[in-house]
Amino acid sequence: MSEHNYQPKSKFGKWFNDRLPLLTLANHLTDYPTPKNLNYWWTFGGILTFCLITQIITGLVLAMHYIAHADLAFSSVEHIMRDVNYGWLIRYIHANGASMFFLAVYIHIFRSLFYGSYKSPREIIWILGILIYLLMMAAAFMGYVLPWGQMSFWGATVITNLFSAIPLVGESITTWLWGGYSVDNPTLTRFFTLHYLIPFLILGLVVLHIWALHVPGNNNPIGIDIKKPSKDTVSFHPYIVIKDLFALLLFLILFAFFVFYSPNVLGHADNYIEANPLVTPAHIVPEWYLLPFYAILRSIPDKLMGVIAMLSAILILAALPWLDTSKIRSAVFRPLYKQFYWILVLDVLILGYVGAMPAEGLYLLVARIGTAYYFAHFLIILPILGKIEKTTPLPMSITEPILGGSLNVEPVRNNVNTQKL
Amino acid sequence: MSDQKKVNRRDFIYTASTVVGVVGVGAAAWPLIDQMNPDASVKALATTEVDVTSVKPGQSITVLWRGKPVFIKRRTENEISEAKSVSLTELKHPEKDEDRASNPEWLVMLGVCTHLGCVPLADKGDYKGWFCPCHGSHYDTSGRIRKGPAPTNLEIPKYEFVNSNTIKIG
Repeated sequence: MSEHNYQPKSKFGKWFNDRLPLLTLANHLTDYPTPKNLNYWWTFGGILTFCLITQIITGLVLAMHYIAHADLAFSSVEHIMRDVNYGWLIRYIHANGASMFFLAVYIHIFRSLFYGSYKSPREIIWILGILIYLLMMAAAFMGYVLPWGQMSFWGATVITNLFSAIPLVGESITTWLWGGYSVDNPTLTRFFTLHYLIPFLILGLVVLHIWALHVPGNNNPIGIDIKKPSKDTVSFHPYIVIKDLFALLLFLILFAFFVFYSPNVLGHADNYIEANPLVTPAHIVPEWYLLPFYAILRSIPDKLMGVIAMLSAILILAALPWLDTSKIRSAVFRPLYKQFYWILVLDVLILGYVGAMPAEGLYLLVARIGTAYYFAHFLIILPILGKIEKTTPLPMSITEPILGGSLNVEPVRNNVNTQKL
Repeated sequence: MSDQKKVNRRDFIYTASTVVGVVGVGAAAWPLIDQMNPDASVKALATTEVDVTSVKPGQSITVLWRGKPVFIKRRTENEISEAKSVSLTELKHPEKDEDRASNPEWLVMLGVCTHLGCVPLADKGDYKGWFCPCHGSHYDTSGRIRKGPAPTNLEIPKYEFVNSNTIKIG
């Protein structure tokens, strides 16, 4: 951000900016040169920011009416639904908002995977993103426990028991997490505290994520380095702002559909039964956005190895910038990677599906193959592919394939340059 | 800073103050960590006495101890002989039935699947003992793991017969 020589126009603005350069920051964010070929897959950063703020605001409001106590939590949620003015709306926005948040973050992650946005020099942006994603999962899991329904209770039991797989200290860690000998009131109160805290940690990481993004600038669909500012860029405001807002509008239509027309379709009916430590529901399933990892957990017949595999499935993403050996970022110019990319998408969807099914027979077999392929994609296919794949030629600039010639050529009609690099 | 290689007073002060700082931070952090462990009121509920007069052979009751279900099963002759006849080599977690039920008629164990903590269902599964609906672990009539992902047998809590009709758990 050192390239800024911004001077506020008003005298007060100058006085203030010399002491705290907020106006320089605002100017940087407004003028920020953005590749002009960004497509709609790039609008999910803005959509995610919207999701985070929505969750924080609706969460604050819910916390004003919710009571974090094992005897009162369930009825306080029903109180929100029935008695609190617009309580039903706020809770449905918050509950479905979590799903929308994950939908957007998965699109955002898979956009990165397709266009190679995790590659040098954007590794730190990517790793910060993985940390945000981990915190999102923690927040979502703890939030799901708060209504103290059957799925809340047994989901909390199963997930906290994952820690008991750790050799020697596992049991002590689980007892420490629970604050007792099972999931109970002390567990609920601490989960509420952490659920309240985590969104603000995410907000802090989002600031770092955007800060790190603004150092090299956005990647773009053809994945080449561009000069900034140049004919290849447009200013963030108004061009990208308007485009992001339009995409947000479309996203909100989907969001509103769930909130107003099927607010419970993404949840489980069992969670409308109050928690009962003596009865386990017949079929414990996490929320849809955790299903692929749940399938990986269950596909391994050993408890400790299952937990390790599930955690590795997420953490392996942090190593991706070094596992993918190809110098070419965008899959547009990587004919083989493009195919493996779509196989991976399919693999994750299949894992999600079998994660929702009982862990037996054909489902278990499919989950095992899917798990093996998931790890093979990152540990075998990507490192080798980068070495052997024959990529197609990259254009010199964003404008070149359309207008031909170099950056400095004025846009002239009929100047068709068919010559490739 | 001097160019001398030998340890001088300043190096000593740096090291000593760092050590004191680390110990101090550790001492300050410990109460913040330990407060999450079970508190006195939770520990106070650590024993439960159960009257088992009304339990007939073949029946079982479930009581809550430390927030967890405990199965108290009065086993039939068949179930006892079945549990005793299994050879230890067939078991994933080898334990003799005598060691699990000191009074063979009464089997007292935590109703918590050792896989991920669900409550197994009684008289179900391939070994006519317990079956966990969550991830499909099968336990025999001695509560030993026979099939499925659970790593160990159902846990036996500390318990004793206060008199012939009362069991004290914990």
